[in-house]
Amino acid sequence: MTDLAFLLEIGTEEIPDWMIPPALEDLRTSFQRLVEERGVAGDGLAIQVDATPRRLVLRAGPLAERQPDREEWVLGPPRSAAFRDGQPTPAAEGFARKMGVAVTDLVVRETPRGEYVACRRVTPGRPTRDILAEALPDLILGIHFPKTMYWTGKGGPRFIRPIRWLVALLGDEIVPFELAGVRSGNHTRGHRLLGSDRIPVTLATYSDQLRQNYVLVSAEERRRKIEEGIEKLLAGTGLRLRPDRALLDTLVYLTEYPTPILGSFDREFLSLPEEVLVTVMRHHQKYFSVEDAEGRLAPFFIAVMNTDADPEGLVRQGNERVLQARFTDARFFWEVDQQKKLEDRVPMLAQVTYQAKLGTYLDKAHRMVRLGRRLARMLKADPRPVERAALLAKCDLTTEMVKEFTELQGIMGGLYARRQGEPEEVWRAIYEHYRPESMEDAIPGTLTGCLVSLADKLDALQGCFRVGLIPSGSRDPFALRRAAQGVVRILVEARLPLPLRRLLGKDQALIEFFEDRLRYYFREVRGFAYDEVNAVLAAGWDDLTDLESRLEALRQVRPTENFEPLAVSFKRIKNILRQANWPATPDSACQVREEKLEAGPEKELWGAFQRVRREVRRRRRNKEYREALEAIASLRPAVDQFFDKVLVNAPDPEIRQNRLNLLSHLLSEFSSIADFSEIVTRQEEK
Amino acid sequence: MYTFQDILMRLKQYWAERGCIVQEPYDVEVGAGTMCPETFLRVLGPQPYRVAYIQPSRRPADGRYGENPNRLYKHWQLQVILKPSPEDIQEQYLDSLRAIGIDLRKHDIKFEEDNWESPTLGAWGIGWQVMLDGLEITQFTYFQQCGGLDLDVVPVELTYGMERLAAFLQNKSSVYDIEWAPGITYGQVRRADELQFSVYNFELADVPTLWRLFELHEGECRRLLDAWPQYPDKRRFPLLAAYDQVLKCSHLFNLLDSRGALSVTERAAVIGRVRKLAVGVAEAWLEQLRLEEAA
Repeated sequence: MTDLAFLLEIGTEEIPDWMIPPALEDLRTSFQRLVEERGVAGDGLAIQVDATPRRLVLRAGPLAERQPDREEWVLGPPRSAAFRDGQPTPAAEGFARKMGVAVTDLVVRETPRGEYVACRRVTPGRPTRDILAEALPDLILGIHFPKTMYWTGKGGPRFIRPIRWLVALLGDEIVPFELAGVRSGNHTRGHRLLGSDRIPVTLATYSDQLRQNYVLVSAEERRRKIEEGIEKLLAGTGLRLRPDRALLDTLVYLTEYPTPILGSFDREFLSLPEEVLVTVMRHHQKYFSVEDAEGRLAPFFIAVMNTDADPEGLVRQGNERVLQARFTDARFFWEVDQQKKLEDRVPMLAQVTYQAKLGTYLDKAHRMVRLGRRLARMLKADPRPVERAALLAKCDLTTEMVKEFTELQGIMGGLYARRQGEPEEVWRAIYEHYRPESMEDAIPGTLTGCLVSLADKLDALQGCFRVGLIPSGSRDPFALRRAAQGVVRILVEARLPLPLRRLLGKDQALIEFFEDRLRYYFREVRGFAYDEVNAVLAAGWDDLTDLESRLEALRQVRPTENFEPLAVSFKRIKNILRQANWPATPDSACQVREEKLEAGPEKELWGAFQRVRREVRRRRRNKEYREALEAIASLRPAVDQFFDKVLVNAPDPEIRQNRLNLLSHLLSEFSSIADFSEIVTRQEEK
Repeated sequence: MYTFQDILMRLKQYWAERGCIVQEPYDVEVGAGTMCPETFLRVLGPQPYRVAYIQPSRRPADGRYGENPNRLYKHWQLQVILKPSPEDIQEQYLDSLRAIGIDLRKHDIKFEEDNWESPTLGAWGIGWQVMLDGLEITQFTYFQQCGGLDLDVVPVELTYGMERLAAFLQNKSSVYDIEWAPGITYGQVRRADELQFSVYNFELADVPTLWRLFELHEGECRRLLDAWPQYPDKRRFPLLAAYDQVLKCSHLFNLLDSRGALSVTERAAVIGRVRKLAVGVAEAWLEQLRLEEAA
């Protein structure tokens, strides 16, 4: 049987760039599942996916030419009913007829229910081509996209954009199917303007033929072409590219044959803030910015065309004219906005709704001022700059610049505040108060900035949770996950010892929401083990810097010899207390009565407990968590001895109660840094 | 070089050759060509239709007193509706650019995601903005819903921004320098219009009067929609007249907005009121179409 390679090209109208990479992964996974389930995946099956805006491509191999034949035994009547006196009965003859074999071909098989007449049936495997032809339409339409459309009429297939052609080849043969009125075949289409629109391809020639028709199927190749093109454009000019990975990704999936060009703009626009110029270029025109040798923004830009060249410079001139118009607008906004100071815009915030149930931005600004002040006082910092920045932070929402270029919110406020003579502490706090906007983004660079940002985000979280706007699944319209993640990062990374839990109040849903964010942050971003994070969270949390110190200590102590065995013992204690229905946190009625302790391991454990308790309390006060945990771990021999030699469930109820009290003290006293019973020990993993 | 009017005529000619009826602009103020009955109502129901028309579109808040080189209170759209959308619609569209003298081989064309939505009309679609050398020249949309109803047949809507296209073709950095007809500029034809309407829209329009007018038109539309269910001979019922009232409301809403008379909450509420009327007309219109069919 021969192994075959497979090519699928879904030819579409332009797919939004950002949707392509996840769609390709989805295509790969569902194809792999298909061929594995149907048993046609060859040894060392490799699946490669590629795409341009107009095509999703999957190449896979080796695939078997057909499924393996399937052999099975079909059971007929019991032997006793099939043969009488060695002669076949009508029952046996009927079964043989049904199976299309002679009676003599039937055999007797032993089954758990006794002996039965049976017949071997071979189901021939189906050709892979048929399997694919049947499965591909649903597989293609099943590719997940965030938003789909229909185009052939109501009730018709849905996809991200209309499907216009299909190439499906298994070896040399077309895999025939029809989807949305399009029949699969072996003809692809080249670049819209530079290539042919009907190109017969084979598996071997596919990429090259497309390349000759100005389509680079590989995203990597397009990326290289852009990067190398830019390098060539800038060589010898003294200019440097400002790298922008996200923009590069966009352009890679917005083009089939990318070619960068260098354009320029009037130097006089450099008097506008760089942030404005870069935003206009990046977000609105998808241009790269360029800087001079000193790192200053240069009056040039790089645009990426979806064509091979611009010999007459028409494309460059066109782009330059568009940018000129955009910058002219921006300059107009910049000048108009200066006519009214941020301070005078505060009352205008009453006209801007924050959220219907949460009032206007003026209400929000006042809440931010109050919360900012509270945070500053908690840290014994000067509250005045925080109050000032919080009051002005949202005023830029009323400026023309931010109405036009919403990405500049915060940044514009900061720039206007600087021009209007606000102190650096204040204008920088305004400028940076939306940070961090992603996991990679920096947190605000000043304490004032951090506090304004915290006030903004905590207000959003508390307000939204209070009125029931709680994120669920992928729905998070107010970006509350990002806000909470920002709070966590600021508190931990700026090392602000603020009582987060106290600040959150009694909202249980919000507290759990934060616990999820904390787990995510410490595990995925900081690389702590999940059980360490659970153990520390279970011991209680409020100040995140303290939480982090405890985690660090736990990570350090964990590999030491006594730690995990002690964790096992703590789990045992917890179980014993639970079974005895004994309080895990001892109250005043749970005093240990020394006179009731038995000499030997029990007294020794009590002695060790008291000694270690003194040390742990002192260490914990000084936040010397590693030393505290080490001290706790040193209890291991005493605990082991105790469990070895002492029966907790003593016949004398007083002695039993006393022992349970001892264990309960031990557990609660030493679970305040981390709850060891959350630790998954190596022993358990096995 | 083609003048502004040459370009308009050539594009109309181009689409006429591809089976479009060439209509004239609708005679009620609209914010976009989509709002004209030739689009909004024609896309409903299963009947095929092809139409092209120029529609001067009024957006009071975009006025700049005739001073900004790129922003206009009223701009000219060429609106093309092909229902159902032909399979080679992108190629046909690109050919229309060739028909007005654009050598695509020398330019950069991109179709960039841009889904269109009109909350006031309960309408949305999927598509792109077509970028020519970094300039958005056309909104290209496959309609999915109109008046809150899933469409039976998917039409494509092409909306060309004519001033931008003309400025591009004539290499002008201000729309006012566009040559409208030989020796006559866009500015000569339109600047007074832009200035005076900016003054009215931003400064002199009387807000209580606008509110009164809005309520009168809304009331008239509602009166008609309320009469619709009992009206004996539905085929002659004036739904088109009711729809004119929707358009009046929509324009008055835009004027109120440009006068800064709407808070954000009010804005959403007024959009909801207009939308309700539009949806009411669309639903009744579909029913009327079915009765037409049956007759």
